[in-house]
Amino acid sequence: MKTLTVNIVTPDGPVYDSEVDMIIAKTASGEIGILPGHIPTVAPLVIGAVKLKKAGKSEYVAVNGGFVEVRPEKVSILTQSAEVASDIDVARAKESMKRAEQRLQGKTDALDSSRAELSLKRAMNRINVYEGNI
Amino acid sequence: MASLRDIKGKITSTKKTSQITKAMQMVSASKLNRAEENAKAYVPYMTKIQEVVGAIATGTSDGAHPMLTSRPVKKTAYLVITADRGLAGAYNSNIIRAASNAIAERHSSKDEYVILAIGRMGRDFFSKRGSNVIGEVIGLPDQPAFSDIKEIARRAVGMFTDGTYDELYMYYNHFVSAISSEVTEKKVLPLTDLAVETGTTASYEFDPSAEAILEVLLPQYAESLIFGALLDGKASEHAMRMSAMKSATDNATDLIGNLTLVYNRARQAAITQEITEIVGGAAALD
Repeated sequence: MKTLTVNIVTPDGPVYDSEVDMIIAKTASGEIGILPGHIPTVAPLVIGAVKLKKAGKSEYVAVNGGFVEVRPEKVSILTQSAEVASDIDVARAKESMKRAEQRLQGKTDALDSSRAELSLKRAMNRINVYEGNI
Repeated sequence: MASLRDIKGKITSTKKTSQITKAMQMVSASKLNRAEENAKAYVPYMTKIQEVVGAIATGTSDGAHPMLTSRPVKKTAYLVITADRGLAGAYNSNIIRAASNAIAERHSSKDEYVILAIGRMGRDFFSKRGSNVIGEVIGLPDQPAFSDIKEIARRAVGMFTDGTYDELYMYYNHFVSAISSEVTEKKVLPLTDLAVETGTTASYEFDPSAEAILEVLLPQYAESLIFGALLDGKASEHAMRMSAMKSATDNATDLIGNLTLVYNRARQAAITQEITEIVGGAAALD
């Protein structure tokens, strides 16, 4: 079966680099599944998990936005931060989830609450990826 | 002439200083290695993002995205990347001089520009001179991660978008090699000089549209440029600190050599004098 190469790169260095059978990512306009031979595409990603299927098993990588560039044999995901499940600092994510929730409950201006919402989303995404419930 | 004890004291203290500078040199050398690795890790991200930005920006005929178009300049922002500490030779003063010269040349009043400072030295310099420092990050680690400057990068790009200023320049030291670096001025925003590389530009499908992607991509690109400059600056900071400490150590070694010479001469003089006195005393007894 044909495979395609996936690269997940962040400013702090590559996070993931491997051959997989299929990629499922959440883009701004919905989920897309990418198989080998996909037409060249660029799409922005939302905060969420990227699912990488390899030989019947799947792996998850938490990405915080960014975008995906698809070529027939190669997929690059460029994002400002990404973690594979085993690298996630779950204690820190839980901590920041709590902080964000508190900030959302306190009445603040719109800018603050949208920031808190984003950080809540990121934290929940990390926790979900870590625990594998997606 | 200084007494033997004085000279000895000077030698000891110079030796101790040179031990410290030597240690600092070695610390900087290892930090430089790490910084170079970080800069290397960042390269694939940057080349990729440049490629895609180039492909999209040239692919869309109406390059009307606000971050790509120059507008009349009412206010300019300068992002000055310095170190938090001194003892790095001319590292900080070079950057600060270049930035303040450019500002003095281009602007007649303090209302025409704002400063964003990364690093304590630059922040202190500009805030002491009454410039308008609207953003600052200090106390960055020696090996910064992107999350450390995400906040200021996002603000810098955001303030351009919402019209707080119409241009953003960056001042930092570009790392050339372990012994040389050069102060660089780079225009970050508007993104007028996109590296357009034809050849690899595959024609992409855009989902949902090229404009929507530019919306995400361009801020991310500009923020990465800032991070790249910071990594570059950090590498040259460590390199300059290393060579500053190396010359300090060399100077101390020279000084110790000279002092030892003086010390031996003084000791010899004292011995000669003692012998003369003894001989003189013995002669007086005869």
